[in-house]
Amino acid sequence: MTYILAFVVGGLICVIGQLIIDLTPAKITAAHVLVGYVTGGAVLSALGLYQPLVDLAGAGATIPVSGFGHSLAQGAIEAARTRGLMGALSGGIEATALGVATAVVFGYVFAVVFRPTG
Amino acid sequence: MIEPNELEHQIAIERKLYEQKEYQDLVKKIKPKVPVLRNIIGAFLVGGTICLIGQIILDGFIAWGLTARAAIGSTAAVMIFLGSLATGLGIYDNLAKFAGAGSIVPITGFANSIVAPALEFKSEGYVFGLSSKMFLVAGPVLTFGFIVSVIIGLIYYLIP
Repeated sequence: MTYILAFVVGGLICVIGQLIIDLTPAKITAAHVLVGYVTGGAVLSALGLYQPLVDLAGAGATIPVSGFGHSLAQGAIEAARTRGLMGALSGGIEATALGVATAVVFGYVFAVVFRPTG
Repeated sequence: MIEPNELEHQIAIERKLYEQKEYQDLVKKIKPKVPVLRNIIGAFLVGGTICLIGQIILDGFIAWGLTARAAIGSTAAVMIFLGSLATGLGIYDNLAKFAGAGSIVPITGFANSIVAPALEFKSEGYVFGLSSKMFLVAGPVLTFGFIVSVIIGLIYYLIP
């Protein structure tokens, strides 16, 4: 059941992005979609609306980049409560450090190792 | 009374409008229609499948004994690794043609947005080519993400 929910919810979150690209008159690029999803996910999370989706769909809600925004927001909120101002500034980045570091390191390594195609 | 040159002017305007309309009709006819339904199906299937793979990895980490939060973070790291690898191998960009947002929205799409420009600009050197251009899309994502995160943190700090 968790697998079906992850598939369906994750798929639907992607469909929303596809509809934004196809049906809005403005030129929406991948960069706009990613920026919109991360900030949108963070705002929904701060309002307490994203955690229920994570509880329902697991990876179906954490794998889309809106889940990255959710981690940013929850990290900032939790650190602000426990460590005050310093926590408010650093909490989001701390919570997502693993993902950012992985992306930079593997992004660099694979770009060095592989050749561009096409 | 309409002056003769005024009439000529009006005709010229009418003609121009007609030609503009004709041109727009032609553009509408030639421009390919967005296959909305086909794109929705592609995005749903591919996006859903990537999340399903993520769920399998997530369950693996939880069975390993990780807390829910650590397992979510580790799963994202593994998916970023897989997305970078698939981009390097040239698989991901072929997938993107069919999947659209289904390959952009998952975290693997974030990894793809780093490796794809890094590979493309590798020929311009390792500093100003590869490692500068790898942040072409990731840069704005991290900038806006971190700014929003700090704003949310400050709001929660100021409003107990």
